[in-house]
Amino acid sequence: MWDYSETVKEHFYNPRNAGAVAEANAVGDVGSISCGDALRLTLKVEPDTEVILDAGFQTFGCGSAIASSSALTEMVKGKTLDEALTITNQDIADFLGGLPPEKMHCSVMGREALQAAIANYRGEEWEDDHEEGALVCKCFAIDEVMIRDTIKANNLSSIEDVTNYTKAGGGCSSCHEGIEKILSEEMAARGETFVPGAVGKKKEGVVKLKSPKPEAAPVVAAAKGKLTTVQRIRVIEEVLEGLRPALKADGGDVELIDVDGKNIYVNLVGACSGCQMAAMTLGGVQQKLIETLGEFVKVVPHSERPVAIEGV
Amino acid sequence: MADIYLDNNATTMVDPDVVAAVMPFFSEQFGNPSSLHNFGNKVGFALKQARQSVQNLLGAEHESEIIFTSCGTESDSTAILSALKAYPERKEIITTVVEHPAILNLCDNLASEGYTVHKLKVDSKGRLDLDEYARLLSDKVAVVSVMWANNESGTLFPVEKMAEMAEAADVLFHTDAVQAVGKIPMNLQDTSIHMLSLSGHKLHAPKGVGVLYLKRGVRFRPLLRGGHQERGRRAGTENTIGIVGLGKACELALQHMEYENTTVAALRDRLQAGILAAVPHAFVTGDPSNRLPNTLNIAFEYIEGEAILLLLNKQGIAASSGSACTSGSLEPSHVMKAMGIPYTAAHGTVRFSLSRYNTAEEIERVIEAVPPIVAQLRKLSPYWGANGPIENPEQAFAPVYA
Repeated sequence: MWDYSETVKEHFYNPRNAGAVAEANAVGDVGSISCGDALRLTLKVEPDTEVILDAGFQTFGCGSAIASSSALTEMVKGKTLDEALTITNQDIADFLGGLPPEKMHCSVMGREALQAAIANYRGEEWEDDHEEGALVCKCFAIDEVMIRDTIKANNLSSIEDVTNYTKAGGGCSSCHEGIEKILSEEMAARGETFVPGAVGKKKEGVVKLKSPKPEAAPVVAAAKGKLTTVQRIRVIEEVLEGLRPALKADGGDVELIDVDGKNIYVNLVGACSGCQMAAMTLGGVQQKLIETLGEFVKVVPHSERPVAIEGV
Repeated sequence: MADIYLDNNATTMVDPDVVAAVMPFFSEQFGNPSSLHNFGNKVGFALKQARQSVQNLLGAEHESEIIFTSCGTESDSTAILSALKAYPERKEIITTVVEHPAILNLCDNLASEGYTVHKLKVDSKGRLDLDEYARLLSDKVAVVSVMWANNESGTLFPVEKMAEMAEAADVLFHTDAVQAVGKIPMNLQDTSIHMLSLSGHKLHAPKGVGVLYLKRGVRFRPLLRGGHQERGRRAGTENTIGIVGLGKACELALQHMEYENTTVAALRDRLQAGILAAVPHAFVTGDPSNRLPNTLNIAFEYIEGEAILLLLNKQGIAASSGSACTSGSLEPSHVMKAMGIPYTAAHGTVRFSLSRYNTAEEIERVIEAVPPIVAQLRKLSPYWGANGPIENPEQAFAPVYA
């Protein structure tokens, strides 16, 4: 059985705002393909102030889907539509005291129902912009669609690449067989053959959860006549600045702490910090930095920096 | 009130007599059965006795046809991989769409290695089409593997007949009988079944022990090679505790065979009648006229199984479900899908599986508990109106899926 928090259980056993709201003027019907759950959210919005006066849900789904729906209705009541739109799926999960990785999609469904209902109220067409697949990496909650898309977009050809770009496979490594299978298929589709790394060489280049050894002094850019350290840091700051609006939209932010060779140390703050999706966020930041700098870099949470090189 | 355990197809309680039988093997009876001295010799004798008990329950002709393994999955893998090794020129496997993952995932993996896997389809009651099967049998087939009883619906398959058909076509026949052994009588010496898998913990033995039945004379290639244990067919020091426990459990299963097929079956029928009488829009899945005596699988339409299980669990009732959410997988049960059960019902399937330890009082308590739980969840369902399902539920509620 799932390891549900007490709050999840409480909202499942005693759901708030179950049923459709009378005189609703906003309806959002969404479903999660990954488990077959579906949710109808009905809102009663005060037209002048756009304040949500009442919210109700009807859910076909499991315990955490019902709890997420219940939590969502509690969270949106009394908020204006614009305020409500700032609620992220992580906020829903946090409100419930966390959800198991396999169940995070329940909170995503909640957020999407809210977006759909508000679009409905405003007479807009809501389009879903994300697709979910089977969970591959349980350590970092990365699904198949994400891995496949990243492999396609970046022509990846090794497990190390996949881990560097998405973080998938960077934890317990049990999913490496699954990642290899996806890699083989995607590489075959572009006319290449997957070649496994040498035995024992595998771990090189993988973003370590806890870096074991300090890296050698940076020999990268300057030696190759590319960017000076100052220039590099400037480029990195620019990239982070560009990503900031997206992070802020989710209630978080990123801050550059240090650059040490190919290791870039950052702090995730706000909603990003401690978020189960932090790894994905870091993966996204890293991908952008690799593209812009044209070299391989690792983005490492400052908290995971080895003590030995602190302050170097 | 004590909790009610109706999830015996998942695993069973170790019978107290089995516990008593294995206790000495944790302490004074620690010898290695292969050793010559008294310490080992006594244990060796206990294994022989256990082997005979398994032989009796299966109706096997020879005790040497019993190979102890670590679990049902190991027996399944050993059987299929052995057939492929023994007949390397044969590259086809016949199985069914409703097998346990122990067979299906192995076959899918073999398919990726170049084998052709034919999966027999089932009809809406979970029954196979034997004409389709007959057409597929050929000298290209290395092995047929068909479960004796389905773990979710309890539906029984005509494995004895299918084994004869296989033998007539000169093809090996294996059955995953993990759910059937101990619940229905069998006499393997009268059948053409060449290999059979069973698992101890499904019949009140401890976990970690299984058996591969291998008919004498059937070509065999071991999965584990090494020592001479199990006559060189499954190397590795014997799990004496598990094996002794399984022997005792088989003895008890044989004693209770009639009880299982009369009293337990009657309790199951009472549970089915009681629930269906009180809950509208619910139906039995599988083939009710031909299923295990202990298994009842009901689809509750328009609600989801995990939610039902959580509410049952709150009242101390243990069952299981074919909903996607209970497994963390993408799809609702492959068995329900294969039978063409509509999506809004497949997610709401609940399996009640009984054992000889269940009582009539327990069954009445479950019959009391289920209807309000279903009603409570339907009240939350977008497919359900004030007094029943909304009109054209699939059209009236058509969410955007992502």
